Amino acid sequence: MKKALVLCASLFVVGAVRAQGVPDGTSSGQSMADTPGSEKNAANSEARIQTLEQQVSMLAEQVALLRGQLKVLADAKAPGGDAGARLVLTSAPAAVNAESAAPGNGVSSAATREAVPVLAAAQGVQSTPNQTYGGASGNARLLNPDISLIGDFIGTAGHNDVTPSRSLELHESELGVQAIIDPYARADVFISFGEQGVNVEEGYVTFTSLPAGLLLKVGKMRADFGKVNTIHNHALPFIDRPLATNNLLGGEDGIDDAGFSLSRILPAPKDWFLEATAQVFRGDSSDVFHSRERQDVSTVGHLRAYKDLSESTNLDLGISYARGHNEVGSNFITSLYGADATIRWKPLRRSIYHSFLFRTELFESLRDQLTLLDFLHSEHVFGMYSSAEYRVNRRWTVGGRFDRSGHSTNANLIDTGLSAIVTYWPSEFSQIRGQYRYGHLATSPAQNASFDNANELLFQFLFVMGAHGAHPF
Amino acid sequence: MRNAGLVTRMKIFATKGSAMSLALTLLSAMTGVPARGASKLRVVTATTDLAALAQEIGGDKVEVESVARGYQDPHFVEAKPSFLLKLRKADLLIVVGLELEIGWLPPLITQSSNPNIQVSAPGYLDASRFAKILEIPTGQVTRAEGDVHPQGNPHYWLDPDNGLRVAKGIADKFSEMRPNDGAYFAQNYSDFEKRLKQADDGWKAQMKPYEGRKVVTYHRSWPNFAEHFGLNVVGYVEPRPGIPPSPQHTVDLIGQMKRDSVRVILVEPYFDLKTPNAVARDTGGQVVVMMPSVGGEKEITDYFKLFDYDIAKLKQAFDATH
Repeated sequence: MKKALVLCASLFVVGAVRAQGVPDGTSSGQSMADTPGSEKNAANSEARIQTLEQQVSMLAEQVALLRGQLKVLADAKAPGGDAGARLVLTSAPAAVNAESAAPGNGVSSAATREAVPVLAAAQGVQSTPNQTYGGASGNARLLNPDISLIGDFIGTAGHNDVTPSRSLELHESELGVQAIIDPYARADVFISFGEQGVNVEEGYVTFTSLPAGLLLKVGKMRADFGKVNTIHNHALPFIDRPLATNNLLGGEDGIDDAGFSLSRILPAPKDWFLEATAQVFRGDSSDVFHSRERQDVSTVGHLRAYKDLSESTNLDLGISYARGHNEVGSNFITSLYGADATIRWKPLRRSIYHSFLFRTELFESLRDQLTLLDFLHSEHVFGMYSSAEYRVNRRWTVGGRFDRSGHSTNANLIDTGLSAIVTYWPSEFSQIRGQYRYGHLATSPAQNASFDNANELLFQFLFVMGAHGAHPF
Repeated sequence: MRNAGLVTRMKIFATKGSAMSLALTLLSAMTGVPARGASKLRVVTATTDLAALAQEIGGDKVEVESVARGYQDPHFVEAKPSFLLKLRKADLLIVVGLELEIGWLPPLITQSSNPNIQVSAPGYLDASRFAKILEIPTGQVTRAEGDVHPQGNPHYWLDPDNGLRVAKGIADKFSEMRPNDGAYFAQNYSDFEKRLKQADDGWKAQMKPYEGRKVVTYHRSWPNFAEHFGLNVVGYVEPRPGIPPSPQHTVDLIGQMKRDSVRVILVEPYFDLKTPNAVARDTGGQVVVMMPSVGGEKEITDYFKLFDYDIAKLKQAFDATH
């Protein structure tokens, strides 16, 4: 054990010597080639030698220091057979240097012998150059990130005086830039260009190599609140989002904020997948949360349970909680509760032809606000939607949705909606949709609610270019 | 636990010594790989074929599980969270590569939060590195060609030679991860090599009478198979990879098959048989549902039985349509 540590330390010495050796060699070579007359050169090389000597002594000091530290470590870490092997492993890069510098240096070759096979194996992982076999190396991309652009064109016809939208618009062009950052993290950035301007929809780094099975995301992201809040516009099963999203969860952008997200898979009964997520955000999300002071952060918690009922059917359940400060003031809290359930069916042998999905989400909003009657009042509002999609064949999908939701500021203003949708897929990379939408919508935010009927026909063209993204699940 | 303690101490130590920063970068790459001693190596593969090869080499020293099933279209596997339960504990993940799994595996790898199997970590093995790859597109690649694989055709495991190459790659990987069992894996590999070569001679002999036969396939799953066994793929039921059959293309295909007197249509088990059957009716041909993967049918339990099955089916069809 101690021996291994000492060997390890001596490897560093060799590495250091070797690092020194290169410039040393060239300088001596130069001085030999120099003619005796060129005094300038001689002085030069002398100066160089001096600096080199200084460096060497500095390195020697460092090595001594390292040795001392190693000893301390070794003493603290008394017995333990495999610890030594570990150390040799971690010092493997130094061992390479030692190996190449070894001849004539009298290095403890036992250490090199021990370290090298392991190292060779470890290196084989990354860099087995395979000239004859293997696919094209994707040279065109080199280290460029995966870049994709998704265009989302929406047209609306019909009657809607309450929430009118434009007849034709390139609703959004979402630029996705995704790459692995280093061995420990990957990053995903989605920038959406819309009619109102540019917005970083999401931009976060995910740390994939944390201990204890933790997954950490840092950046701006769609909060893990329920299902529909996490889905990008182009991946929605409908052209629009349900009324509850618009009324309670901040509209199209939803709860989307800068912060941290930590999640972990939890131990669960056999064949159940259980995952908990905790998120902390700055506290600014559309019109849901508003942060006046730095401490006005918002928090989101989500628990997901999933089970395969058979190889083609599965059940996906979730509960969510979000809490933040609202527009009225720092002391006014909005709390959101959510529950979601999804049943999916997709026969594996015909997965590209048929599938079915039923989903329902329930939302509850408790919003502190001021009223004329009582000073502080918490408005208690309920919202929900249920939707179903069925893939009829490879190119056609049909679906329907029922939604109902109060307004976050006034529970008496209850909107109701019904939608039917047809999607046609020319290929995996484009889709054309038509949606009929009926709405029974509250017109005035005042006390006396009056309602208006909206009947609209929406159509949408979606196209994907660039990198092949992940299929939505 | 003791290891973990040492690792943290090593980290603290490493930040002090500048020469050790390199060691630190390797540190997390290496933790978890060595020293689990006697426990079985936990291997997860993307497809059943890789699982079958890994099982041949790993024997009772490994525990192998595949994410996709053999009768499933490997392009369209769903990224179910239940797969994460397998992936999070895996020591090694073996993938087909060439973007075959691009629609579902990357999010699973990220969400597994398993450092061992992240892309290019020591526990991530892309089997395509070892295989002979066909149909690597040259020049400009656009999706006007359909859902093309810019790095080449990913269905390379349907050539027994590639199976052998991949098995070698897996054997090397196993012995790198479990040096103590190196001899065992090497022995299993040479045993597998012997059996596969012998079986391959048999398969080639069976296919000899049909050398140069023209066939039509549904998807471009069979170029390696066709090359190895001397078949000639002259057309596809799909007009372009990933694009469903169109009436015009089907009419063209029927014309072409009649002209070239092609009678056999190979279809993967996950495609609709309506169009192939119609084409077969019109051309007096026959549709053969060939299994592209181990486990496509219950009886195909290993890599050998996959070729046994497919060649038997193919012979039958050739004999019936002659």
